Amino acid sequence: MLANLGFAVLVITLLVSIYGIAAALYGARTGREAWVLSARQAMLLTWPLVTLSALCLVALLVTNHFEVEFVYSVTSRSMPGYLKATALWGGQAGSLLFWSWLMAAFASAAGLRRWDRDREFLPWVVVVALVTLAFFLSLIILFENPFARLWAAPAGETIKAMFAPSGAVLVTPGDGQGLNPLLRHPGMIIHPPMLYLGFVSFVIPYAFGMAALITRRTDDRWIRVTRRWTLVAWLFLSMGLVLGGRWAYDVLGWGGYWGWDPVEIAAFMPWLTGTAFLHSVMIQEKRGMLKHWNMVLVILTYCLVIFGTFLTRSGVLSSVHAFAQSAIGPAFFGFIGLSFAASLALLLSRWNELRGENQLTSLLSRENLFLLNNLLFVSILVACFWGVIFPLISELFTGQKVTVGPPFYERTTGPMFAGLLLLMGIAPLSAWGRTAGRSLGRLIVWPLAASLVVPLGLALSGTHNPAALLGFWLAAFVTLVTLSEFWRGALARRRIYKEALPVALWNLAGRNRRRYGGYIIHLGVVLMAIGIIGVELYQQETQGTLAEGQQITLGKYVMTYDSLAEFNAPDDRLVARAVTTIYRDGQKVAELYPRRDFYYVSQQPMTIPGVYSSLEGDFYVLLVGWEPIGSSGATFKIYLNPLINFLWGGSLVFILGTLVAAWPDRERARATARVPAGALAQRAK
Amino acid sequence: MTYHHPSTLARAALVLFVLAIGLAAVVSWPASPARAQEPTPSDNQVNAVAKQLYCPVCENVPLDVCPTQACAQWRQTIREKLTAGWSEQEIKNYFVEQYGARVLAAPPPRGLSLLVYLLPPLAFVVGGYIVYRAVRTWRRAARPRASPPPAAEDEYARRIEEELRRRE
Repeated sequence: MLANLGFAVLVITLLVSIYGIAAALYGARTGREAWVLSARQAMLLTWPLVTLSALCLVALLVTNHFEVEFVYSVTSRSMPGYLKATALWGGQAGSLLFWSWLMAAFASAAGLRRWDRDREFLPWVVVVALVTLAFFLSLIILFENPFARLWAAPAGETIKAMFAPSGAVLVTPGDGQGLNPLLRHPGMIIHPPMLYLGFVSFVIPYAFGMAALITRRTDDRWIRVTRRWTLVAWLFLSMGLVLGGRWAYDVLGWGGYWGWDPVEIAAFMPWLTGTAFLHSVMIQEKRGMLKHWNMVLVILTYCLVIFGTFLTRSGVLSSVHAFAQSAIGPAFFGFIGLSFAASLALLLSRWNELRGENQLTSLLSRENLFLLNNLLFVSILVACFWGVIFPLISELFTGQKVTVGPPFYERTTGPMFAGLLLLMGIAPLSAWGRTAGRSLGRLIVWPLAASLVVPLGLALSGTHNPAALLGFWLAAFVTLVTLSEFWRGALARRRIYKEALPVALWNLAGRNRRRYGGYIIHLGVVLMAIGIIGVELYQQETQGTLAEGQQITLGKYVMTYDSLAEFNAPDDRLVARAVTTIYRDGQKVAELYPRRDFYYVSQQPMTIPGVYSSLEGDFYVLLVGWEPIGSSGATFKIYLNPLINFLWGGSLVFILGTLVAAWPDRERARATARVPAGALAQRAK
Repeated sequence: MTYHHPSTLARAALVLFVLAIGLAAVVSWPASPARAQEPTPSDNQVNAVAKQLYCPVCENVPLDVCPTQACAQWRQTIREKLTAGWSEQEIKNYFVEQYGARVLAAPPPRGLSLLVYLLPPLAFVVGGYIVYRAVRTWRRAARPRASPPPAAEDEYARRIEEELRRRE
């Protein structure tokens, strides 16, 4: 019953979306406002509709309706209620529905904004948003239906179908297979929604970009309108990436947080173009240049968002066969190819109308440095994309499967990331339009000199790794430049407005949130870079088999193995849990319980580390193996991950900076507050 | 950004480092009963080889940390080969012969796989050239209009004031 309702509502939503697209196109072509407004209402209607459908699926999940195949495959009776509900995004079909729900929500939010200053965009934003939504809805309805049920055919085999095949009867399994154990983690509950929010909200800037191209309104209006959308999208995407890293660190049990897995890279690629976009739109706003390039970036970001959605849940890029066999693979690629080609064709047809207004005048101007920044981000993107698709190319042309793993990505992107850090140190000191080499030199010389103290000190105290010295120098340089920007700005305010320093600092950031929010983000990136350098270059590891009471040493730490217990947990898993004591410099600092869970139903082991964290780094121990009958002991793998908490701390600073930059302006908040709630609806009439 | 390292040099250094740590641990340990059992070759020696290999089944999980039974057997194979005196390269070659180039963390730079390594730097260089050309054209176009005099004495303060004025 509920399954039928959920499915029917989806079909209705698809029809509503198609109507909205048609009405918007008709309205825009004939200039009949009523049709455009009707299209907007259709777009607003999609959100409650998809909400209803998603609620149906959640209800089925929570109430153990195992006759529904999706419910059977991602939940089981022993799972707690919150996990059953969030299993909505625990499998591909549900994820697509969840994605559509977010898409409808963002489309509706965009529909509710005040359109009086850019009415001509409205029909085209509706078209782009609803085409995207309709594509996902058709995927769900045609290929990946989460409401499909299990049926026993007369011949005996079990069929997955929405409606009863002739002569078949409904099958209701006694229990489900349960959620993939790797996904039963708080990080995995929040991580996909964050990522999807980031993905979906990038559709809105793209929609406005396309609307600007179609309507030939090629000033920077579309960029100003979508600035906050872009920042919010970027914030969610960044949070999704960080949470994913944290989840890997806590659950995957290999001592790291980022493995250059295609799925991770799929989420990282739109972030790269999005970050390039965030920087390059400033050039268009300030100098009226790079209009073509910004369009290219927003088109790329949109296509990568769709690509990422496809890759994160399907895994079909692992081989040519998996891709050919999956029903949605070709559909996805067709859609990405079509939207890419259509967007580019549109861009080319408007090429001459997008001429820049200003010209660059100095090699060291900020816009030139931003160009370099974009070059680096896009080069990293090329390396990532190439690494992800190369195994497929190799298999297609030579029949040989290859792995393109971390060594490739680190070698190719490492120097580019270093280049980005260097730019982060120079660009804030440069000016728009013209920067005299001499004035830039004067500004840079002090932070440069001061920052060199760090690598010198490190070298004298025994650090000789050139990559580490370079990395820490860059970190120090960017930090000094960024802090001095705050300092000099505050001093200037104090001189002009006679404000006390803290007040001046607060007002400085408050009056130009975008710039100073950006600087806070830069500081967050520096902290993250310190963490990454620490783990990448100074991670230590050892492995040993210990009998009870024995100990193993790594760096300053000694770990003793005290005991091990094996027991069955209520949610159908066998837990082997070791008790270990950690000493640093002879002092007991922690008791850790590394464990290995074995899930009976999915026959899947899961290694949960024991971690002792300090600012200096993490002591991270994994239980790798053990003998059931205690005597011959247990095997532990231990990592020392120096400075890793700078990575997590830095990401918090990063998020704080993005919030500062995206915070609504007071003036604008007041302006919207003055508009009564019903005004929009009236204006719309 | 993970357990592998930006350059071969760094990786070699780390392998040596890990081995040295393992060795130091063995050498410096007092010969007391409360000592970890040290099979020959040690787990660390096995892992130093294993972390450069990927099994064909567990995608994207390096062999040294893969918890599956199959991977444990591969590690056992590495241990046996090390015991038999094989070098690291010989062991890697053995796995490549048995299971194909996909067991390596990155494809060997030969034939089509050479493209993996060539394309990204090439893209960077081409992109850099495009940017360079664009900037040159823009500068040339701008030259006739005389550029304004170089920055004033306290250029920064002026910028701030100007911006603040604009905001208020």
